[in-house]
Amino acid sequence: MSKILVIAVVVLVIVAVAQLSKLYELSRKVAKKREEDISLASNKLNANLMLVYMVAFYAFFIYLTVAYGDKMLPVAASEHGASVDSLMNLNLIFVSAVFFLMNTLLFVFAAKYYKREGQKATFLSHDNRLELIWTVIPAIVLFAIVISGLVVWNDITDAPDEDSIVIELYSKQFDWTARYGGEDNELGKASVNFISATNPLGVISSEVLLDKKGEMNEEIALLEEELANGVYSDDVESGKRTKLSNLLAQRARVAGFKFIEEELARGYDDKLVKAEFHVPVGRQIQFQFRSQDVIHSAYMPHFRAQMNTVPGMVTTFNLTPTITTDSMRTITGDKDFSYILLCNKICGSAHYNMQMDIVVDTEEDYKKWLASQKTFATAYGLEDKENGLAANNK
Amino acid sequence: MSSATLHDHGHAHHHETFLTKYIFSQDHKMIGKQFLVTAVFMAFVAMMMSVLFRLQLAWPDEQFEIVKFFLGETWAPDGIMDRNMYLALVTIHGTIMVFFVLTGGLSGTFSNLLIPLQIGARDMASGLLNMLSYWFFAVSSVIMIASLFLEGGPASGGWTVYPPLSALPQAMPGSGSGMTFWLVSMGLFIVSSLLGGLNYIVTILNLRTKGMSMTRLPLTIWAFLVTAILGVLSFPVLFSAVLLLIMDRSFGTAFYLSDIFINGEVLNATGGSPILYQHLFWFLGHPEVYIIMLPALGITSEIIATNSRKPIFGYKAMVGSILAIGFLSFIVWGHHMFVTGMNPFLGSVFVVTTLLIAIPSAVKAFNYITTLWRGQIVYTPAMLFSIALVSSFVTGGVTGIILADSTLDINVHDTYFVVGHFHIVMGMSAILGMLAGVYHWFPKMFGRMLNTKLGYVHFWLTFVCAYGVFFPMHYLGLAGAPRRYYQWSEFAMFDGVIDLNVIITVFAIIGSISQLFFLYNFVYSIFRGQVATQNPWKSNTLEWTTPVKHIHGNWEGDLPEVHRWAYDYSNPAWDEDFVPQTTPLKEGEVAH
Repeated sequence: MSKILVIAVVVLVIVAVAQLSKLYELSRKVAKKREEDISLASNKLNANLMLVYMVAFYAFFIYLTVAYGDKMLPVAASEHGASVDSLMNLNLIFVSAVFFLMNTLLFVFAAKYYKREGQKATFLSHDNRLELIWTVIPAIVLFAIVISGLVVWNDITDAPDEDSIVIELYSKQFDWTARYGGEDNELGKASVNFISATNPLGVISSEVLLDKKGEMNEEIALLEEELANGVYSDDVESGKRTKLSNLLAQRARVAGFKFIEEELARGYDDKLVKAEFHVPVGRQIQFQFRSQDVIHSAYMPHFRAQMNTVPGMVTTFNLTPTITTDSMRTITGDKDFSYILLCNKICGSAHYNMQMDIVVDTEEDYKKWLASQKTFATAYGLEDKENGLAANNK
Repeated sequence: MSSATLHDHGHAHHHETFLTKYIFSQDHKMIGKQFLVTAVFMAFVAMMMSVLFRLQLAWPDEQFEIVKFFLGETWAPDGIMDRNMYLALVTIHGTIMVFFVLTGGLSGTFSNLLIPLQIGARDMASGLLNMLSYWFFAVSSVIMIASLFLEGGPASGGWTVYPPLSALPQAMPGSGSGMTFWLVSMGLFIVSSLLGGLNYIVTILNLRTKGMSMTRLPLTIWAFLVTAILGVLSFPVLFSAVLLLIMDRSFGTAFYLSDIFINGEVLNATGGSPILYQHLFWFLGHPEVYIIMLPALGITSEIIATNSRKPIFGYKAMVGSILAIGFLSFIVWGHHMFVTGMNPFLGSVFVVTTLLIAIPSAVKAFNYITTLWRGQIVYTPAMLFSIALVSSFVTGGVTGIILADSTLDINVHDTYFVVGHFHIVMGMSAILGMLAGVYHWFPKMFGRMLNTKLGYVHFWLTFVCAYGVFFPMHYLGLAGAPRRYYQWSEFAMFDGVIDLNVIITVFAIIGSISQLFFLYNFVYSIFRGQVATQNPWKSNTLEWTTPVKHIHGNWEGDLPEVHRWAYDYSNPAWDEDFVPQTTPLKEGEVAH
């Protein structure tokens, strides 16, 4: 029913426009007017509308700014975030000024200089002095913008502090995992080749290495046997063959990995957490990002931080949180407030809901929370290794 | 002029059938019209898509009959859009608008129509290549549209189709055969674009009529020339990117893939880099912005000068800024990649080059505004659209200053701030420019006039709705709202701004319906519009010296000779307020 209604409305609109324009054309014919002859009244009307438009546009701008201004740039909760915001505000003011200046000139001229009968326009082909002015002034202003931006940029992208806390943020369709370096504050080596149900991030230890090799050998043997003895449809058989050749390649890759003893022990005390991760206030966090399938982007709007997570490489971002979640709840007056990490690079169907909560704690609470988390060794079933490298070295 | 005379003979006994006149035409004017009609169709398809996904964004849980009507039960069960279909629509909307409407459609229509007519040539250098250019475009359009009907849906990884998402059929339904169609379609599109571009360059450089020196070229032609050069230099790079992606998808290579675990298995791909694709893509992708923008600016220059009845202000500076923008557009692509983990120093280099582009852009904006100053503005619909373009070019351009600054980009990258920025500076501006061109040159294309009053209605509704749609997006972006999200209700932090989506969608719907005024006017006037006079806008350029009814070779008899630049409007030495380029100099008058 509504389909018919929609179609009917569209048809009626078209018919109405058609009839009106026919009427208009007939009246033009009677008056012997041509489409290109724009009457003084038309010129004046459009000129005035330009002015009306400008006023309405500015009113819209002001309305949006007043109504939504307080939702823009929520309180920055990181050290560099504050300088980013002051730079942003400066830029927004400058940009708005240019916006108003240029649009006002445009619309006012458009409204003022409409065609009058018997008048001729001023013949003005160029003015070198004027043109020089509006080349040089933007150049100088832009120079200032570039410099002020790059100063902060260098600061943000600077090497991490020695005592910064290393946290890995690991992305896959469609969730995040955070991994802490543990006692040694160093992440164990990891690779997608070692991912399994008990080892979702593919952390590598000598046990993992051994288990994975064994697992692959078994799978390969099974597949080879199946292919040698079984009879399968073409599809199934080619599927099995692809799987086998992938496994053989993976086995060769894994065999090629060379590790030193110490590296293989580094991962025992790593801690993996999901759904929510904690950071202490006032300490620099050195985020390292990995992705296992497609590109995602770790966007933490309250910290003014964003970095893509790219399969095959490790990206980094350093930041220092400055406001605990509790203080932020007081500041915003929202008792449910939570910092969030969200995905900001299109990554598939559930891209819009790939999130993780971030809790900024006091140093004390943070330590307490971290201590309560399981180590990788425990999660993998290697209780004796859970004190990690520290124990190993003793 | 012996070559021109020879050319004439070729046309003397030319019998045309329907097929050679309307379908496989080698006449640049007809090919221009073919491009235009195809682009108008594609634009309506892409606009309709945007209405559908805007409905989803404004009222995520609402059931819409119209959504079900267009997408069917599979993609919109109970009238609620499937989330994969949402991504598919966003992707194809972007692809069609950027490539098929604003690259193929805009350059294809106006470069074809205007280059020979404004430089005084009988036709393009190669009619055959020109025809092939259209047919590659047509076939690629058909393939792109056909991909909508595939079982897994069309490509859905965003119009930039970044691998690995686009390379792995396991990653999303749209990365299956939909992606293959997308790649094949784009491959053909690039061929079309290259054939067209080479032809435009050669024609402009070699076939100018007597007296038409480079410094007397109308700014439209300068814009088309630089656009064609940009296309010829950058599209091959996209072609390589597309080819390598095809290899990765279908032939087991790993140019863009490394260390991937998906669907429970490790892929046998090592050593590739997804970032390589982004460098290749944006090496085209950024010049592409100017491939879209320059023709629109060229058209605007012509229309603003004509209808202000004044010379374009600072012709040489305008040419200089077109060249500067063209050159700089090749060394700024990295600003799309500030948060990919690219080396920070490299990032700073791209900050500097990107902000440099603001200088020639500012010069252009100032020069347009100064052209209006003390003019005698005739408000044809084309003039209205051109003035609106200057406004959107400025409004969208200034937010580019923020996005070009790597520091500020961190927080607004891939948010609605970006969506607002590029839709205004490039989408809205270029569409306004294209419409301005259609209104202005419609009499030249079809020999009839568009209805002016309908043009006014169309313009004001369009202009109001365009800002109504795109301007509020900046506020969403500053609040941190990411683009390409199926819905935002999963995040409490967006609750305060989410109702902006309703405002945007309402404007989008009204704006789309307003386009029916144009569609009706366009179709009706082709057949029934008032018959045009030879030079309706009292313009100086050469195309208005050709007969209203199209003939092969454009001019009866000899080619016209040019004696002056295109912008002698309101020259005090003359009584009339325009002096066509073919008018010989008066005694004592200095040639421009």
